[in-house]
Amino acid sequence: MVNAMFPLALQGVTVARRGRPVLGPVDLVLGQGGPTMILGPNGSGKTTLLRVMHGLERIGAGSVGWQRDAPDRRAFVFQTPVMLRRSTIENLCYPLRLRGVGRADARQAAAGWLARIGLSDHAHRPATRLSGGERQKLALARALIGQPDAVFLDEPCSNLDGHATREIETLLRAAAQSGTRIVMATHDMGQARRLAADVVFLVAGRIVETGAAPAIFAAPKTPAFRAFLNGDIVT
Amino acid sequence: MHDILAGFRAALGLIATFDAELWDISLRSLQVSLSALVIASAIAIPLGTLLAVQRFRFRRLVISVINALMGLPPVVVGLMVYLLLSRSGPFGVLGLLFTPWAMIVAQVIIITPLIASIAHQAMRELWAEYHDLLISLNARKSQRIATLIWDGRRSLLTAALAGFGRAIGEVGAIMIVGGNIDQVTRVLTTAIALETSRGDFALALGLGFVLIGLALMVSLATHWLSRTESGERW
Repeated sequence: MVNAMFPLALQGVTVARRGRPVLGPVDLVLGQGGPTMILGPNGSGKTTLLRVMHGLERIGAGSVGWQRDAPDRRAFVFQTPVMLRRSTIENLCYPLRLRGVGRADARQAAAGWLARIGLSDHAHRPATRLSGGERQKLALARALIGQPDAVFLDEPCSNLDGHATREIETLLRAAAQSGTRIVMATHDMGQARRLAADVVFLVAGRIVETGAAPAIFAAPKTPAFRAFLNGDIVT
Repeated sequence: MHDILAGFRAALGLIATFDAELWDISLRSLQVSLSALVIASAIAIPLGTLLAVQRFRFRRLVISVINALMGLPPVVVGLMVYLLLSRSGPFGVLGLLFTPWAMIVAQVIIITPLIASIAHQAMRELWAEYHDLLISLNARKSQRIATLIWDGRRSLLTAALAGFGRAIGEVGAIMIVGGNIDQVTRVLTTAIALETSRGDFALALGLGFVLIGLALMVSLATHWLSRTESGERW
């Protein structure tokens, strides 16, 4: 399935905060396919890289080039899900309503997604009263309900138990199979091995290694990635 | 203590007998203050929200000015509005001086900065929470503002009620621009001032209790209508 938005090419991208460089320079091309897992230790720039790709972060230098740039065809799932102060079903309706979808159609689509993620019984409860796992599922469903071409996920399972993680991964696989390009930062090496088609490994704001998932896990080329895979501390 | 008890008795007596003058004054108070509240909220809430989401060159200055205007002396506002609406003033031809409209104008000027400032504070916190999400969902600026106003309506309701409290309790400005004319511009606060100057403290207190009761009723009715305290709803 061809995704018209990709390839995405980052050339010489840098980001600095208060004069301190936090990313780059980064050169990276994300082609068709995926899911892409972005790996790296804390503070390596994974979140910043995702935000740059989505357009949430202003870059200091370089360029971010989409094959076909369509901001409304991209979605983002944050590490800590942000819930609108509305009911669960209204949170799901929101992206569709922004695009002008009628209220009845939006609610119908949202009801279908709620059934899919097992939250139908919570449809009319305030979304902020949901548990952490339920919120993250809702945030993912809200990102996917508009059938985006690309979804960026920032450690969406970092605070979830195994059951909730499995549910999130099932949703991600289904989205990937239906043509949505998944780009995800994670600390969970098991999850990376389960989901990744290709990997980007960052240390201190720079890309140290990239490659196709089975090969890169089997034979890391750099000492840093090898150490990371071995569970050693990488700085 | 005797005066307070007498005030209670006077208030109950006025309410129980459906005193025509009391109803007339109370209705006019509500009419003027609620009109001012609606107009001021229509200006202040979008303004406060815009200041939260929009970055522009003199934004901090505008916020500082609005915050400073919260402490605007009502008597000075009354004087300014009087000069603008008097026959020799720029808006004298409208013939609004000593009418309820002049009182509404004065109250709008007094409460708009108050509502805008509280609304801005509330919207700024909500915007900090929603910023990344709304940007990531590619919401247009107008959609962001509408979302903040809708989702922050409980805080905005508090801002509006603060404005209403200030408006209905205001006396200095409306005395100047309304003139406290019987059956035309007399409202509860100006009536209280009049009865106090006449030495009828019991009636003044009675009117005061009615004023407090009205403010409480409006506040409770607003909360009830918006169901802000309902556990499973926003």
